[in-house]
Amino acid sequence: MTNTTNKFKLSRRKLLTSAAAAGAGAAVFSGATPYSFVKGAYAADFRNDPGSQSFVKLGFNVPQTGAYADEGADELRAFQLAVKHLNGEGDGGMLNTLKPSSLKGNGILGKKVEYVTGDTQTKSDAARASAKRMIEKEGVTMFSGGSSSGVAIAVQSLAQEMGIIFMCGLTHSNDTTGKDRRRYGFRHFFNAYQSGAALGPVLKDEMGTERRAYHLTADYTWGWSQEESIKNTTEGLGWETVNTVKTPVGAGDFSQYITPVLNSGADVLILNHYGKDMVNSLTQAVQFGLRDKQVNGKNFEIIVPLFSRLMAQGAGENIKGILGSTNWNWTLQDAGSQAFVKSFGQEYGFPPSQAAHTCYVQTLLYANACEMAGTFYPPEVIKALEDFEFDGMGNGPTLYRGEDHQCFKDVLVVRGNANPSTQFDLLEIVQQVPRSQVEYDASIFGGELGPYEV
Amino acid sequence: MITATPRKDLILMAIFTIAVLTMPIWLAPIGASYPDLLQRFAIFGIFAIGFNILFGLTGYLSFGHAAFLGVGSYTAVWSFKLLSMSVVPAIIFGVITSGLFAVVIGYISLRRSGIYFSILTLAFAQMSYNLAYSVLTPITNGETGLQLALDDPRSLDNLVGVAATEGIPPTNFFGIEMSGYSGFYFCAVLMIIGFYISMRIFRSPFGMMLKAVKSNSNRMSYTGLNMRPYTLTAFVISGMYAGLAGSLMAVTDPLAGAERMQWTASGEVVLMTILGGVGTLIGPVIGAGVIKYFENIFSAINENVLQGIFSFLPEFLQDGVVAVLGLFVGEGWHLTLGLLFMLIVIFLPGGLVEGFSRIIDRIKNRSKNGEADPVGSAKVQPGE
Repeated sequence: MTNTTNKFKLSRRKLLTSAAAAGAGAAVFSGATPYSFVKGAYAADFRNDPGSQSFVKLGFNVPQTGAYADEGADELRAFQLAVKHLNGEGDGGMLNTLKPSSLKGNGILGKKVEYVTGDTQTKSDAARASAKRMIEKEGVTMFSGGSSSGVAIAVQSLAQEMGIIFMCGLTHSNDTTGKDRRRYGFRHFFNAYQSGAALGPVLKDEMGTERRAYHLTADYTWGWSQEESIKNTTEGLGWETVNTVKTPVGAGDFSQYITPVLNSGADVLILNHYGKDMVNSLTQAVQFGLRDKQVNGKNFEIIVPLFSRLMAQGAGENIKGILGSTNWNWTLQDAGSQAFVKSFGQEYGFPPSQAAHTCYVQTLLYANACEMAGTFYPPEVIKALEDFEFDGMGNGPTLYRGEDHQCFKDVLVVRGNANPSTQFDLLEIVQQVPRSQVEYDASIFGGELGPYEV
Repeated sequence: MITATPRKDLILMAIFTIAVLTMPIWLAPIGASYPDLLQRFAIFGIFAIGFNILFGLTGYLSFGHAAFLGVGSYTAVWSFKLLSMSVVPAIIFGVITSGLFAVVIGYISLRRSGIYFSILTLAFAQMSYNLAYSVLTPITNGETGLQLALDDPRSLDNLVGVAATEGIPPTNFFGIEMSGYSGFYFCAVLMIIGFYISMRIFRSPFGMMLKAVKSNSNRMSYTGLNMRPYTLTAFVISGMYAGLAGSLMAVTDPLAGAERMQWTASGEVVLMTILGGVGTLIGPVIGAGVIKYFENIFSAINENVLQGIFSFLPEFLQDGVVAVLGLFVGEGWHLTLGLLFMLIVIFLPGGLVEGFSRIIDRIKNRSKNGEADPVGSAKVQPGE
């Protein structure tokens, strides 16, 4: 017995010392290694400098699985189209309508555009892992995408830490360019505040000033901020808010949340849901007969503040007559929208969604800013984007405000089309709300952009 | 199985240490040698090693280990927010909190065994997930996830007068930034230490006792032995490993989200352990590596990449091959992983480690053909 213990003691010591020695050896060795793995580190004064390479890489990080997968798939199509156009292939799309434009159709700064893709799974963790892979392994100079504000905010702060520009895809929460704004994050899409501001007058005209609203809200940053914005708007009209209920993202079955609405005395249901969640909750609300109800002597109404054609497609018949707001719709008649719809349609056989539009535009705007700055060096590109005024991208004259990196442009109030002429003609534009009506002071949400150099 | 002797353990430990620390080199050819993925290998390696102490030794299948991972993460991020950007308090508090949490959950769940134990742990983890997701939003920030902010108090840092930076300061270990390769080596060293501790537990009388619980718990109780203190200790130790892994996730990337506690995350560590080899020392680490590799590299292969790989084929063949293979990469990586998992469970119930030892045995047998079978003499149990 003693013998064994001795053996054990001896072996433990041996083990410890040899492990420590091996560890120390490897640590010394490792001190020198990392640099040899960073491509072109000797010449780089900023992360992922394309340097003398003949190409530049962009990363497209979209939800390919989960509640927002449909939007993600459409975003990816738009990104691929944007890369084509930037490289001078295809008909050029909005390259021809962007004003002022520095784009030449020969890549970015003469370098061919390549891209890598990733799946955010609509989870912050997975999205950041995927973004890190793009940055650390693939060496992208910019990444974009996303269909959830929670994810957008998470990867935007990563962008700031890493010093790589993030051009937000579809994200509608006020926080993205509000309290969680970052110097390295830019948003072309509109936000919940603007939805509220645009919807307000229309709601007043259509439904009057004496309504009782019931909110069902996706339980994360976007839902919270949209609920708050819409609540402020409707209460400003004189409406009463009966209740606000948070529902988990990707719940699938909303019946337990909709049943209480029936007996709540509310006559308006506001669905702060997006993607498949909205399709499910709206479908169930209609199945429960909410829209045929009369409450307080008024017709029961449903409002979906953030609308998209993809969702309308999913919800089918139920969408008819329902009001909401949207960033962009393919039926717009301006030259930019027409050019984009045409090349997207030729490529894929159907019109693009608003998610596709914003991602396409963001890619082009980044490329254009690089051309304007004459470099990929992020601080210079950021300065080129800040306070950039442009037109011809589908929403009229647009400003990329420097204080919070939010775009200001016209917002559309839409209604589910009662008599669609085609399977894609699902949204009817009620009003193109001018930019001046949806502008606000950058300081109302607080937040700080942070430094240019990281 | 290769018989364990102190000498062989020493060799295993040395090989493991060298292999882990040189990962950036030998993983480069398969495209896995970038800091974030390497960090994940090490972190989930720790998670799986810890899980294996419970599942591999006692046979208690916990389906709720992700809860400890999440608790570790949240604690670490709060430590960054309130105390200091130094990783030392974050890790210490992360491990302690998840350990305490494990005592509570373990105390209740271990009153049952088998499937009932699994369901209890699953229920607890799902409860924690839903709490983090909704009720505890002030602490966890719900779906959005807990993040650092510029105006966090960081009282310890302020106390010692760390110079304020313009942005959010990075997490650090006595001044070394915990991102990139330094973050990986930090996690790797902790994994090596964790591996060593797990090895000691496997070889100790305590480990023997746990193995006895696994092989026949009825007999154990008939001999008048109360197993619960042993299983509870194993449960808490493995919960602390998970807490360490969780806090390291926050160290390398200061953000904590509720999805870390979801049952899928708990299931993942079960897959890792089974894939690598339950009850083996090295298996869970290999399993963790394989799964993380699939998740990060396979999911990123898109049609473009495939077209590039198969561009040597004639066009009609190329399109066909790409169309078929396209189902298994990109968003279809789960499918590939599922197939791999099925193959392993059916043909190699002992996981990848069994596969390796079969190969080694075959080679040995071929070279020793005709000699007496040495297996019989090698069946001595370790530590007896």
